Amino acid sequence: MLAFLLTLGALLGVVIVLAYAERKVAAFMQDRMGPTEAGPQGSLQAVADVLKLLQKEDIVPAAADKKLFKLAPILIFAAVFAGFAVIPFTPALVPAGIGIGVFYLLAIVSLDVVGLLMAGWGSNNKYAMLGAMRSVAQIVSYEIPAGLAILSAVMVCQSLDFQEISYQQGALMNQFPGLEYEMNWLFGIEALGINTTTIGGITTWNIFRAPILLVAFVIYFIASLAESNRAPFDIPEAESELVAGFHVEYSGFRFAVLFLAEYSMMVLVCLVAVVLFLGSWNTPLPNIGPVALAYWTSGTAGEVSSIGWGIFWLLSKTFVLLFLQLQLRWTYPRLRVDQLMHLCWKVLTPIALAVVLIAGIWRLLMI
Amino acid sequence: MEQKAIKHKTGFWYVVKSLLSGLGLTWKHFKNARNRRTPEYVSDENYFKQPDGMATLKYPYEAIPVPDNGRYRLHNEIDDCIVCDLCAKVCPVNCITIESVKATEDIGTTSDGTKKRLYAPVFDIDMAKCCYCGLCTTVCPTDCITMTPVYDFSEVDIKNMVYHFTDLSPEQAEEKKLLLAKQQEEMAAAKAAALAARKQG
Repeated sequence: MLAFLLTLGALLGVVIVLAYAERKVAAFMQDRMGPTEAGPQGSLQAVADVLKLLQKEDIVPAAADKKLFKLAPILIFAAVFAGFAVIPFTPALVPAGIGIGVFYLLAIVSLDVVGLLMAGWGSNNKYAMLGAMRSVAQIVSYEIPAGLAILSAVMVCQSLDFQEISYQQGALMNQFPGLEYEMNWLFGIEALGINTTTIGGITTWNIFRAPILLVAFVIYFIASLAESNRAPFDIPEAESELVAGFHVEYSGFRFAVLFLAEYSMMVLVCLVAVVLFLGSWNTPLPNIGPVALAYWTSGTAGEVSSIGWGIFWLLSKTFVLLFLQLQLRWTYPRLRVDQLMHLCWKVLTPIALAVVLIAGIWRLLMI
Repeated sequence: MEQKAIKHKTGFWYVVKSLLSGLGLTWKHFKNARNRRTPEYVSDENYFKQPDGMATLKYPYEAIPVPDNGRYRLHNEIDDCIVCDLCAKVCPVNCITIESVKATEDIGTTSDGTKKRLYAPVFDIDMAKCCYCGLCTTVCPTDCITMTPVYDFSEVDIKNMVYHFTDLSPEQAEEKKLLLAKQQEEMAAAKAAALAARKQG
């Protein structure tokens, strides 16, 4: 219960920051100023928006399928929020440290699709319906390259436990029960003879342990953009065509929940990308001889120092990825639906399959 | 002229390059968002040369200066006004309302030396009707009615768009009218007396 409340609170905080950042970043990239009035530099704008939304009338269209309509936002948010349960925040802190975390995450986040379809269908609105159909088609398609990219990371790490994957990517690896005698080699190739087990830092991140995972990371990042309906894959809510997509009929608190779910999804996919490919809560600074930067910036596992450092590194890496998501939104035009499917099925999926194959071979080299 | 086929560049690396250059462009704008456009006067040589930074002007707090010959809200300097009514007559939209009362005593001169002979109990300009043609300023013999650079004067109540320029309070105006009536009565009486005297003589 405590983990639930803490995660929810942290998530709300991050989403508020993200909503504000989105407006400011968008404004700066378009030579505007963004919000300036509410609070210093407009920093309370997101809070004001939420308060406004909560005061609004809760409108349920007369012709809507009321049960589906009312249930959909809760289901969508619950599906996304449940995904946070398995994300390790620090070496010692993970809301639910289950052994099949990756599998659980993929499965629970897929429930999102059902919620979207419920919202679109229940609204009894052509735009909502079209938006939901597009959204579902897109998410289901992009789960394949995303899943394959995650699979290649899992193959290299030989684990479905997010915490074990996290430990493997840093200098603290041997402290994890079951990994006491594991070794990290530069680029994962033992034949090179450079042992990075105690060097840690960026050299043991998954994208360096097995450089093929860099390709997997790019594939996963592109697919995750599509899964969270972000530009340039935002045809499900293309403002200029569909008003707002599946949530066009929602107002007030229900809209706030959908909005929250959307931003939580962004945060979740970025967290997963960081945990699987970019070293999780591990520091990027390596130990260089006597200058033990990695140990200094990791803290001792289980103590306050490690919680602080772990959350700091995890969040800063996540925010870099989130900033990239925002920048992509304001840089690239929206893909047409056929281009979207072309990219998924004819480009990303074959490459992801090849990456899975190479990752398997790489794993053989690592032993 | 010989036509050449346009070759479109294609290929993986070309696409990657163009995607990265797009990101570079937005990044450049993001980085330059530290700078702000300065509210330069139109004649400043930097007026058109501010490509970097945010273009937004936080209007109520800052504004680009108005040119010297900007023609916005009307102002009447009532001390210099001889209440000749020319502006009201020339106004194409009849936005100026003037009532005049002859002065019974000497009320001084305007700043350019013209003798004032009339009071103006009413000198109203309805800025909601004004079409900013500036004709009133050109006909004014004493240059007392002018156009100022003030352009932000919208009001919630349209009645507040009527500007009152008279320097007389209603009581004073009433007093001046009474004085005039009394003077005219006296003059009429004097005239009648003079006429009667002539008839007798």
